[in-house]
Amino acid sequence: MNYYYYPGCTLKTKAKALDASARAAAECLGVTLTEVPEWQCCGAVYPMAQDEVAARLSAVRALLAAREAGVPLVTLCSACHHVIKRVNADMAKNPDLRQKAANYLGLSTPYAGETKVLHYLEVLKNDVGFETIKQQVKHPLTGQKIGAYYGCLLLRPADVMQFDDPESPTMLEDLLRALGAAPVDYDQKNECCAGYLSLTDPAAASRRTRAILTSAREAGAEALVTACPLCQYNLSRHSGGSLPVYYVTELLEAALKGGNGHA
Amino acid sequence: MPETTRETVLRISGTNTRKCMLCGKCSGSCPAYDAMDYRPHQFVAMVERGEIAPLLQSKSLYACMSCFACVERCPRGVQPASLIEALRAMVLREREHTRLPAQLIPELIDAGTPQQAVVSAFRKLSK
Ligand code: SF4
Ligand code: SF4
Ligand code: SF4
Ligand code: SF4
Repeated sequence: MNYYYYPGCTLKTKAKALDASARAAAECLGVTLTEVPEWQCCGAVYPMAQDEVAARLSAVRALLAAREAGVPLVTLCSACHHVIKRVNADMAKNPDLRQKAANYLGLSTPYAGETKVLHYLEVLKNDVGFETIKQQVKHPLTGQKIGAYYGCLLLRPADVMQFDDPESPTMLEDLLRALGAAPVDYDQKNECCAGYLSLTDPAAASRRTRAILTSAREAGAEALVTACPLCQYNLSRHSGGSLPVYYVTELLEAALKGGNGHA
Repeated sequence: MPETTRETVLRISGTNTRKCMLCGKCSGSCPAYDAMDYRPHQFVAMVERGEIAPLLQSKSLYACMSCFACVERCPRGVQPASLIEALRAMVLREREHTRLPAQLIPELIDAGTPQQAVVSAFRKLSK
């Protein structure tokens, strides 16, 4: 199973644990992730403005590289995934943006959304299979009560993201069950943590995170998992250590290999 | 004929305010509702009526979390978040250029702040 992998800049710096655990688990599962050569920061924010072309170009460059290599493009950070998946849809559906991107990049064959964009979790679910993962678990997370936190960017808008049911997603819970854990459902799992406002309006981020943490705690969660560095930062900063927030890949690696302290 | 401000908002946002049936579900879903002066359904209605000037002054432009709940839950396929983004882009492009001078960043971050937070704040608040 061969893929191009787009780590994004946060995974190279503040979220190294997300990158390292994802790579280690992929290796255990026979998934080959080749880093996209010379990728650039995706910009972290999908440009909703229809006349912003330049802000879409770094996503297009990564998508083009995968088209040339003839492999799907795998992302992990929720923000990168959101940006790259939506820009891919723009290139497929919006001829004006497609032509302008081609003009900027000097492409003789415009990029028209040919690359398949997969989130790491989609590779685990659809290409590896949660059943296969379950069989390879050596250190099951038996009895661990874990709340899955999806946030917004993975799920919405569902017609483009096509990740899971946007109101009642289960992909993370299904994976946690395969790892032997006991996922805890809670009603704020798909609500926003106000990550984008964490610099400019920390009070808003604090209000949103408290609502999420309270909802998870009241449902009996003893830890949370996320795939997003900004969710992880925002939630851990406000939990005061009472509810640890792990990257889902850290638990995956621990269940497959043991020994990183979380299992 | 030069484009009216309303037409500019519609063009940049790529959304059709005429489809709105005024159900209020967007505002009912919005996690930033309490921090807003004009709410998502009002953005839709006011853009439709061409009342753009008050929206260009609205603090909602900086309270929106871009969580896409309004977009997901609108039964008519209207995108209130895209209108808010278009109006914010117009303010930044025409008047302010940046609301986040780079020299402020050191005060706003701590040792754990992910790059993602800084990059996204610049993308949202600078042109
Ligand atoms: S979204 Fe985040 S991780 Fe992805 S490239 Fe941009 S800043 Fe880096
Ligand atoms: S939940 Fe927070 S950090 Fe995560 S995707 Fe939404 S805003 Fe971003
Ligand atoms: S995208 Fe903005 S306006 Fe829409 S629901 Fe989220 S915070 Fe509210
Ligand atoms: S949810 Fe859609 S139809 Fe209902 S008020 Fe908001 S924009 Fe209009």
